[in-house]
Amino acid sequence: MSLHTLSVLVENKPGVLARISGLFSRRGFNIDSLAVGPTEHPEISRMTIVVNVDQLPLEQVTKQLNKLINVLKIVELDSSASIQRELALIKVGTGAETRSQVLEIVQMFRAKVVDVATDAVTIEATGNRDKLEALYRCLEPFGIKELVQSGMVAVGRGSRSITDRSLRALESRSA
Amino acid sequence: MTEQMTGAQALVRALENVGVDTVFGIPGGAILPAYDPLYDSQKLRHILVRHEQGAGHAAQGYAQATGKVGVCMATSGPGATNLVTPIADAYMDSVPIVAITGQVASGFIGTDAFQEADISGITLPITKHNFLVTRAEDIARTIVEAFHIAGTGRPGPVLVDIAKDALQSKCEFVWGEDMRLPGYRPVTRPHSKQVREAAKLIVESKRPVLYVGGGVLKAGASAELKVLAELTGAPVVGTLMSKGAFPDSHPQHMGMPGMHGTVGAVGALQKADLLVALGARFDDRVTGRLDTFAPHAKVVHADIDPAEISKNRHADVPIVGDAREVIADLIVAIQAEHAAGRTGDYTAWWKQLEEWKTTYSLGYDEPPNGELSPQYVIERLGQIVGPDALYCAGVGQHQMWAAQFIKYENPATFLNSGGAGTMGYAIPAAMGAKTGAPGKTVWAIDGDGCFQMTNQELATCAIEGIPIKVALINNGNLGMVRQWQTLFYDGRYSNTNLNSRRIPDFVKLADAYGCEGIRVESADEVDAAIQKAMEINDRPVVIDFVVHNDAMVWPMVAAGASNDDIKYARDIAPNWELED
Repeated sequence: MSLHTLSVLVENKPGVLARISGLFSRRGFNIDSLAVGPTEHPEISRMTIVVNVDQLPLEQVTKQLNKLINVLKIVELDSSASIQRELALIKVGTGAETRSQVLEIVQMFRAKVVDVATDAVTIEATGNRDKLEALYRCLEPFGIKELVQSGMVAVGRGSRSITDRSLRALESRSA
Repeated sequence: MTEQMTGAQALVRALENVGVDTVFGIPGGAILPAYDPLYDSQKLRHILVRHEQGAGHAAQGYAQATGKVGVCMATSGPGATNLVTPIADAYMDSVPIVAITGQVASGFIGTDAFQEADISGITLPITKHNFLVTRAEDIARTIVEAFHIAGTGRPGPVLVDIAKDALQSKCEFVWGEDMRLPGYRPVTRPHSKQVREAAKLIVESKRPVLYVGGGVLKAGASAELKVLAELTGAPVVGTLMSKGAFPDSHPQHMGMPGMHGTVGAVGALQKADLLVALGARFDDRVTGRLDTFAPHAKVVHADIDPAEISKNRHADVPIVGDAREVIADLIVAIQAEHAAGRTGDYTAWWKQLEEWKTTYSLGYDEPPNGELSPQYVIERLGQIVGPDALYCAGVGQHQMWAAQFIKYENPATFLNSGGAGTMGYAIPAAMGAKTGAPGKTVWAIDGDGCFQMTNQELATCAIEGIPIKVALINNGNLGMVRQWQTLFYDGRYSNTNLNSRRIPDFVKLADAYGCEGIRVESADEVDAAIQKAMEINDRPVVIDFVVHNDAMVWPMVAAGASNDDIKYARDIAPNWELED
């Protein structure tokens, strides 16, 4: 099995997330991460779904998703031809003697400190999965008190946009 | 053109406008506002059923008999949840129905209000799509969208859940508004290159099989299928869901494949070098153990649902499209191959097929104790009633015998619950079919187990003037389960004896329901009883055929076994190498 990143454009309607997550569970597909949010068009939401499947089941996932009436478009984003990012907020325990070491790591990873307390700092970091995992490994010795991470979001490289055609479909209906 | 009306009036008007003539349902609190304008409608006939499950199956029967979208209606909470089984059934068998349910008022949704159930959430995995409508002005457009989704592409059930306040509040009734379904674009036109590739494989193959499924019936492609079959000369194997799509009497028909299929049909699939699957979905009951299914065959798979293609079995030539258009295009492509001098030669294949057909024809043994044989009853029913009637079967042994021993010559003459295997389907489905096709004779072939799940709809039939006929195959047991206990559980008959030869008295029950009840216990009474039933058209008829309880359905591929290991009868395996 391997990880695949799907960008799914859906109608921005109540219950769509339940339709998609329900489909994954009842068809026995594993979601590795899921992120959903608005797009440049108010009627369209975009989900980035990372699935852990073989090539053949991936085809089934895509076809089954396409059958959902609220799904407008599905594109698989290849990691080499897309930008993939996750966001993490990490609370690390620090005393006076370790704070500078932690800040050094923060700088090396081009992350930033977003909150400071006497005995902890909270770090905001973005990057692909490898980078974030490397960051966690570096911070672990200091004691990660709390970690929260978003699902992956991704966008294809270059000038092409995957929303164009779906937008036209929406507009031709409302015209 | 706009007009002020309530959401309930808009619902009834929209149903009229999309061409609905019959609604099966039961009113209750949340749907009550809709029943008031329904009372005045001149175009909608509402049939008051006895249980919402009956309404759902009746809508299915109506849809399967007419090709139109069937409609059922129920209130919120338990009314709606009683529709779950028929909705799931319609989803599995791709039957176009629209289920309309009342919901608690929008302000109460999510508060565990009286008779509240999240029916759109519950039916999410078993509907093609569903809607929760909370504004009166959305009702008319949603109904149009629901009927469009249910009836086009791969058909299926659509649920429209309407909050009570949406039914009660006023709105402008707007008709002709555009549907808002930007994500719904079913592909019906097949790709011509794929069709040509399929035609090439057909004429090049030595042992092709046309593996025909229910999609051919849904597409109304029976005439085209006959042309294709005769043009290619290839054998046809027709699934349970395709019964009637290709005449059973046709010499190229090898019969039904699968767990209780004919040896000829199963053998044809296993030894084929090419399967041309038309509107079929490689269901486990057809393939048996998947990794040993049709091991030598290339696969052409045509289906209107792209997700079916290569789901269970890899397709070498995938074709997405409506079965009728695919077959029509295939005919042209085959003709082109023939014109270029390329025709298939299946002489050796047919020699083999004919041997299987004659050596392993369908048959049954007479019960050793002189009791009535269930297969004989069903065979005689088909012979006396003939191929113009509609037959609805429940689920179990009687269903398989109805598939095996009645000869279907016309499309949409055999209705049953194939994918879901819903016991209790037959009586309400027959009621729906008879309502949709009042000029046809409609027989329900039901088991005593199935019958006791939904027989209360006989009251509906008697009161509403829906004279269906019921052949009750009463072996007193859950027969198919008993058969498995005989074969796989050392004859330990745990909880399969219903004692329904004793209780209830089905003749008295029929009488109580305003139906004609007839009991038949011996072979010499069978014909007269069926003929008597055929003469009664002012009320439903129930014939209680008391039959032998150890009759078994053969041939059989045991669950999880390879098709190669089909048994023609108990402990008798076919000899595949007849030609040697």
